[in-house]
Amino acid sequence: MEQLLNWITAHQEMAYIVILMIFVGIEIIGKVPSVLHTPLMSGANAIHGVVIIGAIIVMGKAEEGNVPALVLGFIAVILGTLNVVGGFVVTDRMLEMFKKKK
Amino acid sequence: MEFNILVLCYLIGSVTFILGLKMLSNPASARKGNLVAAAGMFTAILGTIFLYEEGGVKLGNYGWIFSALVIGSVVGTLMAKRVQMTAMPEMVSLFNGMGGACAALISVIEFRHLIHGFDPATYAGNGYTFFSSLDGTTMVIIFLGLIIGSVSFSGSMIAWGKLNGKLKDFAFPGQHIINLVILVLNLAIAAFIIVARPEETPLFFYAIILLSLLYGVFFVLPIGGADMPVVISLLNSFTGVAAACGGFLYDNKVMLTGGILVGAAGTLLTMLMCKAMNRSLSNVLIGSFGGGNAAVGGAGPQGGTYKEISLSDAAVVMSYANKVMIVPGYGLAVAQAQHVCHELEKTLEAKGVEVKYAIHPVAGRMPGHMNVLLAEADVSYEKLLEMEIANEEFKTSDVVLILGANDVVNPAAKSDPSSPIYGMPILEVEQAKHVIVNKRSMKPGYAGIENQLFFQPKTSMLFGDAKKALQDLLAEIRSI
Repeated sequence: MEQLLNWITAHQEMAYIVILMIFVGIEIIGKVPSVLHTPLMSGANAIHGVVIIGAIIVMGKAEEGNVPALVLGFIAVILGTLNVVGGFVVTDRMLEMFKKKK
Repeated sequence: MEFNILVLCYLIGSVTFILGLKMLSNPASARKGNLVAAAGMFTAILGTIFLYEEGGVKLGNYGWIFSALVIGSVVGTLMAKRVQMTAMPEMVSLFNGMGGACAALISVIEFRHLIHGFDPATYAGNGYTFFSSLDGTTMVIIFLGLIIGSVSFSGSMIAWGKLNGKLKDFAFPGQHIINLVILVLNLAIAAFIIVARPEETPLFFYAIILLSLLYGVFFVLPIGGADMPVVISLLNSFTGVAAACGGFLYDNKVMLTGGILVGAAGTLLTMLMCKAMNRSLSNVLIGSFGGGNAAVGGAGPQGGTYKEISLSDAAVVMSYANKVMIVPGYGLAVAQAQHVCHELEKTLEAKGVEVKYAIHPVAGRMPGHMNVLLAEADVSYEKLLEMEIANEEFKTSDVVLILGANDVVNPAAKSDPSSPIYGMPILEVEQAKHVIVNKRSMKPGYAGIENQLFFQPKTSMLFGDAKKALQDLLAEIRSI
């Protein structure tokens, strides 16, 4: 427990960020028309692809001979990229159809 | 200086995530919102590759990184562009799984570093405490990222399979107990490793991976296909949390903001989707939706006699109507008949018939599914009526044409407490003068239950594939 509290104290800003982002997330989604539920979900899906940054860091730090880290990191970056790129493109396609035709 | 630019990149990324998501919740700004978020993501990624440094050392292995980025981008773009509109929900699930797997792999690699030894000198500085002191909190974060990421991965793959049609609903007695046991065991092992640091840790680690993957599978497997969107939204927020765990691990603010934002927003979105179906989340996750094991509800007389209507009669009654309401459903999407439907609408309007569409929130396979489908066919946005407004219009409608929709117009939701769909708000089509139902056969819809609407006196059936039926109907109407 004390370890946990020490950790939180050492990373106070992160605690604030977490709390604030939770409120922001909830606020934003408050008034979404049901027709946008799916594109919104798709957009959020793309945004959590930010996990790719962790994969890039891990790959970038892997030492020369560390084959498992390199291979796993390689796969992780591919997966993360799929999430990001695929996510944004799919969201764009969904929204393309929502253009008002004048 | 370079580090400061990186901080700026991450700041920009975080702001664009918030801004982009906000813009995505409004139809007018939605498309731009997506681009804004994408731009921020791009900035953060590039910044990381070129500007990230730890203990004065920048990231290496550029060859590997860039080839992985290229492969992922090409494959991702091809997959996203080539998929049919009706398969969009599956793609969301698939890409979600990819993100979850990525988060899990990060945890795996970091864990390997922890136990296989490392050179502390390489990781000194930049506030990286977790390598120099194997503190419990860091391990908790690694395990959380691993477990949540793995659950999200396997669960999303199952959801993808289900929406694909490749997987059937599978439920067995006691499954929820078994899954609970798997979860408890999983967490127990994780806690054990953190506290006791046994020698066989690698073995236990693989056990955690396996148990997490299993949990994800059993979590999603019994849930009915119609409920998949809710599950995918939930798994979406799981992956967000897994991404945030990565943010904790690397003290990386942009991963943290993106992850928590999606985690919170995704959870609320899941709740909203449940509300639209008028079912609680626990009901969705635990209650199998009319699967093989549960006795299909519905006391009272099942079936009865139905009337069929001929094409020419249908054409006549629609052409001479004042107002026609079209209720699109999954059948329309499957038959890819949205363009013919639009033709029908235009032809009727040319004859002076007012035509509108009634869109139920969960018609099709995803909220907004029908809107997307009809928008693809250039149907004017203003003609698509939300359920409450549509329900007012039915009273003054002469004809309601139901195209492959079933559960969303099933009166059992109002009248039969034992029905699995009881309580779900429906489109009250029986208030119109005539109801014409187009289906391929009398087989039940996704909920697997009978629909008394089909046997009511005002209703007649027009059997056939939606596309063919509409084309024939159109031809008849044109000949009047």
